[in-house]
Amino acid sequence: MTTTDMPAAPSSDTVPRSPAGNPLGFGHMLRKEDARFVRGQGHYVDDVRLPGMLHGAILRSSYAHARVVSIDTSAAEAHPKVKAVITGKILETLNLAWMPTLSGDVTAVLATDKVRFHGQEVAFVVAEDEYSARDALELIEVEYEPLPAVVDATHALDPDAPIIRDDLEGRTDNKIYDWEAGDEAACDEAFAKADVVVAEDLVYPRVHPAPMETCGAVAHMDKVTGKLTIWTTTQAPHAHRTVYALVAGLPEHKIQVISPDIGGGFGNKVGIYPGYVLAIVGSIVTGAPVKWMEDRSENLMSTSFARDYHMHGEIAATKDGKILALRVRVLADHGAFNGVAQPTKFPAGFFHIFTGSYDYPAAHCKVTAVYTNKALGGVAYACSFRITEAVYLVERMVNCLAFELKQDPAELRMKNLLRPEQFPYMSPTGWEYDSGDYPRALREAMRIAGYEELRREQASRRAAAAQPGADPTAPLMGIGLSFFTEGVGAGPRKHMDILGLGMADGCELRIHPTGKAQLRLSVQTQGQGHETTFAQIVSHVIGLPPEDIEVIHGDTDNTPFGLGTYGSRSTPVSGAAAAVAAQRIKDKARVIAAAALECSVDDLEWEHGRWFVRGDPTQGKTIAELAMIAHGSLELPEGVEGHLDASVVYNPPNLTYPFGAYICVVDVDPQTGQVKVRRFIAVDDCGPRINPMIVEGQIHGGLADGIGMALMEVIAFDRDGNNLGGSFMDYLLPTSMECPSWELGQTVTPSPHHPIGVKGVGESATVGSPPAVVNAVLDALQVRSADMPFTPAMTWRALEGRPMRPDLAIE
Amino acid sequence: MRVTLTVNGAETTADVEPRLLLVHYLRDVLGLTGTHWGCDTSNCGACTVWLDGVPIKSCTTLAAMADGHEVRTVEGLASEDGLDPVQQGFVEEHGLQCGFCTPGMMMTARALLDRIPDPDEATIREAISGNLCRCTGYENIVRAIRWAARHEAERTSEEAAV
Repeated sequence: MTTTDMPAAPSSDTVPRSPAGNPLGFGHMLRKEDARFVRGQGHYVDDVRLPGMLHGAILRSSYAHARVVSIDTSAAEAHPKVKAVITGKILETLNLAWMPTLSGDVTAVLATDKVRFHGQEVAFVVAEDEYSARDALELIEVEYEPLPAVVDATHALDPDAPIIRDDLEGRTDNKIYDWEAGDEAACDEAFAKADVVVAEDLVYPRVHPAPMETCGAVAHMDKVTGKLTIWTTTQAPHAHRTVYALVAGLPEHKIQVISPDIGGGFGNKVGIYPGYVLAIVGSIVTGAPVKWMEDRSENLMSTSFARDYHMHGEIAATKDGKILALRVRVLADHGAFNGVAQPTKFPAGFFHIFTGSYDYPAAHCKVTAVYTNKALGGVAYACSFRITEAVYLVERMVNCLAFELKQDPAELRMKNLLRPEQFPYMSPTGWEYDSGDYPRALREAMRIAGYEELRREQASRRAAAAQPGADPTAPLMGIGLSFFTEGVGAGPRKHMDILGLGMADGCELRIHPTGKAQLRLSVQTQGQGHETTFAQIVSHVIGLPPEDIEVIHGDTDNTPFGLGTYGSRSTPVSGAAAAVAAQRIKDKARVIAAAALECSVDDLEWEHGRWFVRGDPTQGKTIAELAMIAHGSLELPEGVEGHLDASVVYNPPNLTYPFGAYICVVDVDPQTGQVKVRRFIAVDDCGPRINPMIVEGQIHGGLADGIGMALMEVIAFDRDGNNLGGSFMDYLLPTSMECPSWELGQTVTPSPHHPIGVKGVGESATVGSPPAVVNAVLDALQVRSADMPFTPAMTWRALEGRPMRPDLAIE
Repeated sequence: MRVTLTVNGAETTADVEPRLLLVHYLRDVLGLTGTHWGCDTSNCGACTVWLDGVPIKSCTTLAAMADGHEVRTVEGLASEDGLDPVQQGFVEEHGLQCGFCTPGMMMTARALLDRIPDPDEATIREAISGNLCRCTGYENIVRAIRWAARHEAERTSEEAAV
């Protein structure tokens, strides 16, 4: 049997349309999922209501570091509506007090010996309703013996620092690991020859994904059948099922994980939190379904934070601005347990892609990770496994170089960008960039921005401000650039696994006899629009209308195994699986068409969802007709089974490498430090766009994240380790007022190895935009160095030449 | 205590704890789960509903405070004729992704258009500034509301022509 070629991506204005007006493949299409959401009929975890369902609530530590002397639960147990009170001691008897993290460490489900961060789980109450459960928390008496806390990561390795993880045998310090990448000797050599070396200290402070829906679960252990059903906020239902089997010793075939509609994830819903396990334990103990939903403070204080990288970068260059080398030392604050969610072989995630989008031969990074008395996490908030930190580093370093050389940062970037003919490009730290035309993207962004005109405006404003009697309130104008390259779509299974699970994804496509299809996916949407996009992928290959293709996901009993949605991996991995499954359907349909039309497969040609006899287009069969024949009584050729189904596990050969050029224009009030984002221009290249509307929506959201991180989002701590970002009154998210009207552009460079040429895009803007905003603010202030977020206070301090640490409320 | 609320035009009554929040009355007593809870502190607006025609945050309103009053939720937006133009606008302009903030956002938007039928971008942005969205970057929400305004204006002029 011959395999037909995958169709090339058409431009969206030429794509044929279905009877409902949808594109038969790529193109603008309204979302299938919206019908339920706009009617208030989305079905989220907190909407799950089961007969007899009980409610759980978690008592949390009020200390960052303390020994747990005693816990008295008697008053709580006496509460008339309380059904169970669970402590670490009880969990110890079930061997469940600790559970494995996704990084080879363990984390406490409920504290037994010590609490190690403010907000850590200490006890769990199950009651008839949530109000009573929370009342009962107040009745639990915990005696703590406070211990000194490690709050500042830069002091975690001091000789007198308290040992946080004395539960681990033989621990004498707070170091988790040292890790390095690149060629240190080559780097040193390049630095020795450089005309210019610029060093910079950068803090990428701790931030939080903060999806609008917090994390939660409803667990129901059916004691008769022995089946555990858990509705939960997870981006990775299959991985969670396997972990539950490993943690609790439950039989995996008796666990059903259902991830219904998810109110945003951004990496917050990759990890397995104690609350999920406690809901399961609560259901086992009480025999009833148990719901646990965290409140916003619990979400911000205890679940997966992001970043917390303290970086020292050094960039070497010639005097005319040709970059020669980049090296970086990172101190990574992982919190009290090493719970980062990333491929096993990459303890610092994909940070070592920090050489970015530029052409230079030498680079080296060394990462030291430490424990501190803070919540665990690190890889989250649309970070593409720490490429966010990498892009921030290189884009700030390039700007610092431009500052010192007094060169235009656009010109300096253009001078150093990789050239199209260098692809596929092997980076100095071992990444094979698949495709790109970087100068084109930067030129396009500069064209949309009117870059030269902006610089002229800035020069004239600065000249006016320098005049005697100039208006001291006149805003300071800043222009910032960033250029990013991401590697997304983890990943090739021989290199990438999580807890030993290879990062391949399954997909099943069934064409029913009447030509209506169901596509079952291992990945799980949290708003990315999979029900539409994946239908379009299948439509693109076999020509069925997208409205006739139902996408099924988020239920481990009804979908094939795979690692889920995070790291912008759904389209690169699962999208490829869907395309390959559709291709197999198309190939099989061809054989069936040949049998039905009594011709050779080689005599058949393909167009718009049908096979026809070359030279006689009237003799043909559509996929829908062939589906009926495949299920019918026609004698099929030997070796060809009936029905029209396909099942695929896709193991990506490489990551896909989306890229983009961003320009931000800000106006800073010199008297208040208030930053106003005037314009934001984003040119993204994620290959062909399956649904341009959805892609643009993904980019818009990521750009808002960039505004948030650069201007307002930070989880800081006081000297005792109290979390100071525990509500939306303290942890600020961007509103419609801080976000400008985004100006988007695009270039299209297909991925050569993806079956339909597409690249991931979900996190591109979150990864790429923060340095553009920061570079713009610093350009406005005409200052080289200061850390984000540029709240009015931070900006004002930077303007005064007294920048301060963003992550500590300690002078 | 006993409370009686008119919700989406229908009278509802229940014995509730005095401390019961309106959002929980709607979700747990009435089963109207289209109204979401997101933050506890009136910041996020996922819980926005109307109280006597004015958008309020139902996570910081007691059910008792709504006793004897009229509440409208997302479930009361569509009519027998179909979706409200605001709902249709959110579909047409991709004004939602995960859908969690959407009901509250649409209730705010509907109230805005009832007050100001043809708002400009700045007016829209100010009106929705008490509703957080983590997915869309707000751009398409603004467009969705403008879509609704435009289509309502067209509908009004068509009706006037008839």
